Amino acid sequence: MADPLLRVDNLVRRFGGILATDNLSLEVPRGELHAIIGPNGAGKTTLISQLTGQLMPNSGTIHFAGRDVTRLPSYRRSRLGLARSFQITSLLKDFTAIDNVALAAQAHDGHSFRFWGNARKERHLRDTARAALERVGLGSRADVLVSELSHGEQRELELAVALATKPQLLLLDEPMAGLGVIESARMVALLKELRKEFTIVLVEHDMEAVFALADRITVLVYGRVIACDTPDAIRRHEEVKRAYLGEQHAVTRQGDPIG
Amino acid sequence: MKFKLNASNVLVAVVCAALVLLPVYSAVTGNIFILTLFTRIVIFALAASSLNLMMGYGGMMSFGHAAYLGIGGYAVGILAAEGIGSGFIQWPVALAVSALFALVIGSLSLRTRGVYFIMITLAFAQMAYYVASALSRYGGDDGLTIYKRSTFDGLINLSDRTQFYYLCLACLFGGVYLIWRIVNSRFGLVVQGVRSNEQRMQAIGFPAYRYRLTCFVIAGTICGLAGALLANNTDFVSPAVMYWTRSGELMVMVILGGMGWLFGPLIGAIVFLVLEELLSQFTEYWALIMGPLLVLIVLFARGGIMGLLGRVRRG
Repeated sequence: MADPLLRVDNLVRRFGGILATDNLSLEVPRGELHAIIGPNGAGKTTLISQLTGQLMPNSGTIHFAGRDVTRLPSYRRSRLGLARSFQITSLLKDFTAIDNVALAAQAHDGHSFRFWGNARKERHLRDTARAALERVGLGSRADVLVSELSHGEQRELELAVALATKPQLLLLDEPMAGLGVIESARMVALLKELRKEFTIVLVEHDMEAVFALADRITVLVYGRVIACDTPDAIRRHEEVKRAYLGEQHAVTRQGDPIG
Repeated sequence: MKFKLNASNVLVAVVCAALVLLPVYSAVTGNIFILTLFTRIVIFALAASSLNLMMGYGGMMSFGHAAYLGIGGYAVGILAAEGIGSGFIQWPVALAVSALFALVIGSLSLRTRGVYFIMITLAFAQMAYYVASALSRYGGDDGLTIYKRSTFDGLINLSDRTQFYYLCLACLFGGVYLIWRIVNSRFGLVVQGVRSNEQRMQAIGFPAYRYRLTCFVIAGTICGLAGALLANNTDFVSPAVMYWTRSGELMVMVILGGMGWLFGPLIGAIVFLVLEELLSQFTEYWALIMGPLLVLIVLFARGGIMGLLGRVRRG
């Protein structure tokens, strides 16, 4: 079997006395949609931040596309094709939707020490941006300021920004957070489309979505992997059931996919 | 970019036309004072515009911007005192030293954020102030008189009031045009993106620090030019031009006119310096009136005068 696109070995990250990431190992082969679930405080966002380079691990390694990226700053990892969306929407609020996406395209189109030409008139950046916006269904909202977009639209824009960086791997940190039923369904449909094209690591609380989408699921508890398997196997996993017991109702809104 | 007919654009157009025609008015009425005052205003508008590039577009609240006024001024003054009177040497040196100073200060201070950034830029500017005070060979505390303005091989005579005014105005318009190009360029968008959300910019692949530092250096260099002009205008340079209150005044001009508005600093400089001039005729406590005015602007008009007039940002 070929090398996995993403390989994490024995990752450790401490905050004071707390082990937020506890000797964590993980492999994501190309083409997989890999979901990471776990109760609140399990260290999911901490893990994502280490994968993207916003946070450095205390020990362990991260390999991406066959390369050791453990010590690379986040902008270098982005250049290698690692894109993330943020759990708490993190966009350029005083920019328009298309400017947000075009900047992402610009970041991957040579350096930006160009001081003279009008960047908003660079056709190929605008076209790339427009295509990404169309992709997530925001084509008609291109010139709206981000601060005037609805929450659901901002979540979609987060995805468009990630797409415009032409990623090999999408790290999505709770793309469904705060979405209503209809918006969630739209997001699931969109992710179903994107997974055909991209390798995706999905952190999500919406269990229905996770079980509908994932090829494999990793379950984190207190920074440790307690299980990593197909959705069906995870559903039957005893330790997972125990970990989620009591928290279940907070975690799953509709239906009850675990146990 | 289409020209929109709104209050702020009309104001800018009228002000620019008035600035161009001012020497005519001065010649007809024989009012030399107004030309002197506005030469000074135009120079400070250039300095404030450079600060606006950093503050308004780059989100870097430098509290030490007046240092470059002094550095540009001292470059001219020291070279003049040493017998090098050519502006073709003095001015490039003024720009180069300002850029170098900005590079050193920027590379250190941009590792900090928020209040620490404000404090560290202030500290460096105060260091420059004390270094200048210690230059006993060049007047020390008392400052340095410049006996002969920069010469440009007969191209332009800086001792001629009108010619000097138009040179300053050309520098201002040139500077604002440059800033306009920068702001809309790839580089400018990155710098504004970093102001808005640095973490996001890093995540999509921009090494934010380098872009901020470059912006810091450009702003410092433009302000160094204003410093060279100012020294020629007053025929004098002293540590006082670098004092922190001067940096504060530059900030006030930017905020008063409208941070992040291309012509905001020009409007701010006019309002600030004209008010200062008028009020100080009535009372030496003119700051008592200026202070509350500034508080009102900050409280009720975040975008300054430009923001108050034109609702469309960067229209």
